[in-house]
Amino acid sequence: MKGIEAFQELLPLLKDEPVTLANGFISRQVYNLEDREGNFYMIGSMGLASSIGLGVALAQPDKKSVIFDGDGNVLMAMGTLAMISAAAPKNLVHVVVDNEAYESTGKQATLSNKIQLDEVARGTGYPLVMRAEKKEEIGPAFKKLMDSPGPGFLLIKAEPSFDSSMGRVHHTPEEIRDRFMKVATAK
Amino acid sequence: MLDSKSFVDRLRSAGFDFYAGVPCSLLSGLIARMESDADVPYYPAVREDAAVGLCAGAYMGGKLPVLLMQNSGLGYSLNAFTSLNLIYKIPVLVIMSWRGCGGKDAPEHIIMGRINEQLLETSEMDYAELTDENQDEVLERAMKKIKEERLPFTLLVKKGLFDERH
Ligand SMILES: Cc1ncc(C[n+]2csc(CCOP(=O)(O)OP(=O)(O)O)c2C)c(N)n1
Repeated sequence: MKGIEAFQELLPLLKDEPVTLANGFISRQVYNLEDREGNFYMIGSMGLASSIGLGVALAQPDKKSVIFDGDGNVLMAMGTLAMISAAAPKNLVHVVVDNEAYESTGKQATLSNKIQLDEVARGTGYPLVMRAEKKEEIGPAFKKLMDSPGPGFLLIKAEPSFDSSMGRVHHTPEEIRDRFMKVATAK
Repeated sequence: MLDSKSFVDRLRSAGFDFYAGVPCSLLSGLIARMESDADVPYYPAVREDAAVGLCAGAYMGGKLPVLLMQNSGLGYSLNAFTSLNLIYKIPVLVIMSWRGCGGKDAPEHIIMGRINEQLLETSEMDYAELTDENQDEVLERAMKKIKEERLPFTLLVKKGLFDERH
């Protein structure tokens, strides 16, 4: 499955949850597929989508805080998996689209062909860890994570699918913040 | 010297309701106060940049965050501040210990101690040294920066301002 197909499976399953997206092509793909006010497109600060999503989860315990992360991003901030496990927010769902590459910068290999990120998440103590290698497995796994007490982790193994027609996010950073805050703090 | 308990009470009454960071011995009294308060949890972070992300998420979820770090953590956090907080305008009150100030400290702190203020200035991060005489004034400046400009503000803390626990 291609990375973009993973998002095509995931996006229809979202309702009004705040979603924090890793930088680079992950944000760009989701923005081009379906722009949502509740998407926090993190255009810089590589590695921090997970800690931002954790902050949202802790500040808003009655909402599900979803993170769409990349393998390069997770590897850069692997300690944050420990912070998530230790803080143990029941309302956090961490999805990693693992294409074993830094796709955004030219598909250089990461380490996730050798390091199993779902095992890392399990090792730090995420209570529910799932893995999807086929497109059909994504929907049921994501639904299960959204319906279960977390923090939950879903590793999706995908192939790179860079497509230069998917342009950059056009909203200004302040617009992204305002839209996201409205959704994240809605009563 | 400032009393850690009264200072934390003050932060709380100013509306700060989310605390995170990586410890420094100069801030140990303050952090101990924060850790002992069940109502307002203090979240230990593994790295300062992760704490910057955590505080940014908490802010967007409706909290007003405080981030504690040693100035050595400023180096780790520069990209987080410049490519997250400063462009999205996500504020945070940073309480940063000023190790190496005046060149009197362990070798690893000397350079950062010397460039600490310049680094903040170069990064366009507003700051003030917190002393036992100026807390009203600097907190007022910090609140303005945070509430009106929605930008981070850093309070630099020298050795001896707060009690230390070893
Ligand atoms: C601190 C930092 N280092 C490097 C980069 C360049 N960069 C942007 S996106 C990216 C790759 C992200 O990899 P991954 O999370 O696996 O997502 P993918 O690109 O595969 O979708 C890199 C290295 C950056 N933005 N910030």
